[in-house]
Amino acid sequence: MKITLFIPCFIDACFPKAGASAVEILERLGHTIDYPKELTCCGQPAFNSGYWEESRTTAIKVLERLKDTEVVVIVSGSCGAMIKNFYPELFAGTEYEEAARSLSAKVYEFSDFLVTKLGVGDLGAQFPHKVTFHDGCHGLRELGIKQQPRKLLAHVRGLELVEMGEAESCCGFGGTFSAKFPMISTAMGENKYGSALETGAEYIVSNDSSCLMHIQGLLDRQGKPLRTIHLAEVLNHRQLPHS
Amino acid sequence: MTPAASQFKKNATALTADLRHRALIRTALKKYEVVRDDKVSRFQNWQSARQSAAEIKWDAVNHLDTHLVEFARNLEARGTQVHWASNAAQAREIIIGIIQERKAHSIIKSKVMTGEEIHLNDALEKAGFEVVESDLGEYIVQLRHEAPYHFVFPAMHLTRGEISDLFSKELGTAPTDSPEELTMIARRVLRDKYITADIGISGANFGIAETGMISITENEGNARLTCALPKVHIALMGIEKILPKLEDLALFLPMLATAGAGQVMTGYNTMYGGPRQPGEADGPEAFHVVLLDNNRTQLLADAEQRDALHCIRCGGCLNVCPIYKNIGGHAYGATYQGPIGAVITPHLRGLQQWKHLSFASSLCGACTQTCPVKIDLHHHLLQSRRNAIAQKPVWWEKPLFQALAFLFNHAGLFSLGMKLGRIGQVFHPLIKNTGIDPVRAWTRSRELPKVAPQTFREWWQTRK
Ligand code: SF4
Repeated sequence: MKITLFIPCFIDACFPKAGASAVEILERLGHTIDYPKELTCCGQPAFNSGYWEESRTTAIKVLERLKDTEVVVIVSGSCGAMIKNFYPELFAGTEYEEAARSLSAKVYEFSDFLVTKLGVGDLGAQFPHKVTFHDGCHGLRELGIKQQPRKLLAHVRGLELVEMGEAESCCGFGGTFSAKFPMISTAMGENKYGSALETGAEYIVSNDSSCLMHIQGLLDRQGKPLRTIHLAEVLNHRQLPHS
Repeated sequence: MTPAASQFKKNATALTADLRHRALIRTALKKYEVVRDDKVSRFQNWQSARQSAAEIKWDAVNHLDTHLVEFARNLEARGTQVHWASNAAQAREIIIGIIQERKAHSIIKSKVMTGEEIHLNDALEKAGFEVVESDLGEYIVQLRHEAPYHFVFPAMHLTRGEISDLFSKELGTAPTDSPEELTMIARRVLRDKYITADIGISGANFGIAETGMISITENEGNARLTCALPKVHIALMGIEKILPKLEDLALFLPMLATAGAGQVMTGYNTMYGGPRQPGEADGPEAFHVVLLDNNRTQLLADAEQRDALHCIRCGGCLNVCPIYKNIGGHAYGATYQGPIGAVITPHLRGLQQWKHLSFASSLCGACTQTCPVKIDLHHHLLQSRRNAIAQKPVWWEKPLFQALAFLFNHAGLFSLGMKLGRIGQVFHPLIKNTGIDPVRAWTRSRELPKVAPQTFREWWQTRK
C-alpha cells in the first residue's frame, strides 16, 4: 500500500524520532511511504484559538496536497482529530466541504491504522521497561482510540504496562491554553505525572507527542526521573546495534 | 482583558498554588466518581439512557413554545399563578411584589440556582426581608456570605472543622467533628424558621408540561418543608427546565441522581401541582411559578449551541473537569461553574465579557463524555472562541496567526524557521524565564522542547 504520512509541525521539529519510527515500521511491513514535504502543519493552533479563517489558509493546502492519496496516516491523535473530525466542520458550507469529507474518510491515527486497518499486533519490538500509557484526549475522545495502542504494546517483548489511575485525564497541554492559562495547565500536568509516578513506571508512553512534550517539560523542570516516549518509538525499538 | 477575565486569572493563579485546596477537591471528586460509576453500572444501558434523555430534551427545547404554554395552562387550571419574567430585574420585581402584597417579612428558601443567577437574596435583603437558606450547604455558604462553590454541592470546599468553627462563631454552638451533629445544629435553627416563615421560595428541577407540575429533587427534606409550611410558595425556574411528559421523570429522576451525586435515587422527589385545593388539609394558600428567560431565548436562537438548554444541572461536568478540579468553583466568578458555566455564561451575560471561560479549557472533552443529556460541551467552547474572535480579534493575535499561516504554507521558510530556532535555543538560557523571554508563559513552570539536531524533513532527505 502507498501510505501518505502526515508529519505534524512539532514532530518534524522536536520529535523526529517518532515520525522516523513510523516510517521504518510501515516500510518493514512492506508499504511505500509518501511524505508530502510541502505540508508542515494541519492548522490546529489557529483553529483552537478561534482564528478559523487563518486555519483554513493552512488547511486548504493540506486538502489539496492530500486529495489524490490512498490513505493518510498521522503520528498524532490530536492532528489526526483535526483533519478527521474538525476539517469537515471548518469547511462546512464552503467549496471545500466535499474535499474535507473525503479526506476525513481516509485519515488514520498511527496506532489505529496498524490495528484496525492493517490488522497487525506484533511488530517484533523489544522494550524491556515498565511503562504506563497516557491516553491523549483527542485520540481517546475524538477518535475513540483506547485499545489499539494497548494491543500493540501487549506484543512488545520485555515491556510491562502498568495502567495509572488517571490514564484518561488531560495532561493540561491544550495548545495555546498552556500559554494562556499556564497555572491551570501546569497544575493539570502535575496531577498527570503524579499519577504516572505512582505506578513505578520508568516511561510514560503515548500516541501523542504534544502531550508528551508538555509532561516532559514539567518533569524536567521539577527534576523527576520519569521519561516520556512516543508509542512509535517503543514499537520500533529492538536490540539491534543501531537502535 | 475584561474585569471578569482578569479576576478569573487572579483567582486561578492563587487557587492552583493552594495545594491543600487542590487535594481537598480532588479527593472529594474521586469519591464521587467511584459511587457514580457504581450507579451508572446499574443502568441496563447507560449510553442508550443518555440518548433517550437527549432526545426528550431535544423535543422539549425545540418545541419550547408549545410546551411552555401547555405547562402554564395546566398550572393555572389548579389555581397556580404563573408569571413570565424576561430578565433578572423583572423576576426580582415579581417576587418582591408577591411578598409585599402579602405584607410578609420572613422568607425561607430551598436551593434555587436561578435565584443565584438573578441575585435574589441581595434584592430581598435590600427590600427589608429576612431570608434564610434551608439547604444545609446553602445555609453554610450563606452564613459565610459566599456564593455556592458548586451548583450541586454548595459547600464542598469546606471541611467539617471549618463548618464547626463557622457554627460556633455564628450560632454559638459547641465545636464538633460529627457530620450528624453539624446537621442537627442546622436543623434546630432551621425548624423554627420553617414554622415562622411567611413565604417559601424554591427552584424546580423539572417542569412537567403535560400535568402542570414542578418536580423537586433533594436529599434533606428541606424543600418539602419550604414548599409546604409557609402560606405562600414561590417557585422560580428557568424556561428550559420543561419536560413534556410525566413519564419522562422515570428516566430523568434516576439519571439526575446518578450523574449528580452517584445515588440510585435522590432522597426526596416531590411534585408540586398547585396551592391547597378545596378539602385538602395542608399545602400553601397560594402557589406562584415564575418562569425566567434572562437570555435563554437568545441561546435558543443559536442552533449550534441550543442543546446547552438540555442541561439538567446535575453538576457531572464540573465533577470530571480537570480545570474545575484544580481551581474550584469560586474562581469562575459566575453562577454556573465548570464546563456548562463556560458554555452558557457568555450567552447569559455577554460573549465579550465572558469569552475567557471558553479559552480556559484544554478541550479535553471529559465533560461531553460524561454529560447525561449529551450536550456537546467542549465543541461549544470552540464555537464560542470562533464567535468571539470573529466579532473582535485580539489585535496582536490576528497578524500572528496570519504570519504563521504564511510560514506553514511555505515549507522552505518553515525549515529556515527551525534552523533559526536551533540557533535561538543556544542563547535562550540567557533570558529564560525573565521578563523579556517571549515564551515565559511556558518556561515559568516548564522546560522548552528543543529543536532536534536533525528534523524529520532533514532525516528524510538523508535517506533519499
Ligand atoms: S451540562 Fe450536562 S453534565 Fe453538565 S450539569 Fe448540565 S446536564 Fe450535567
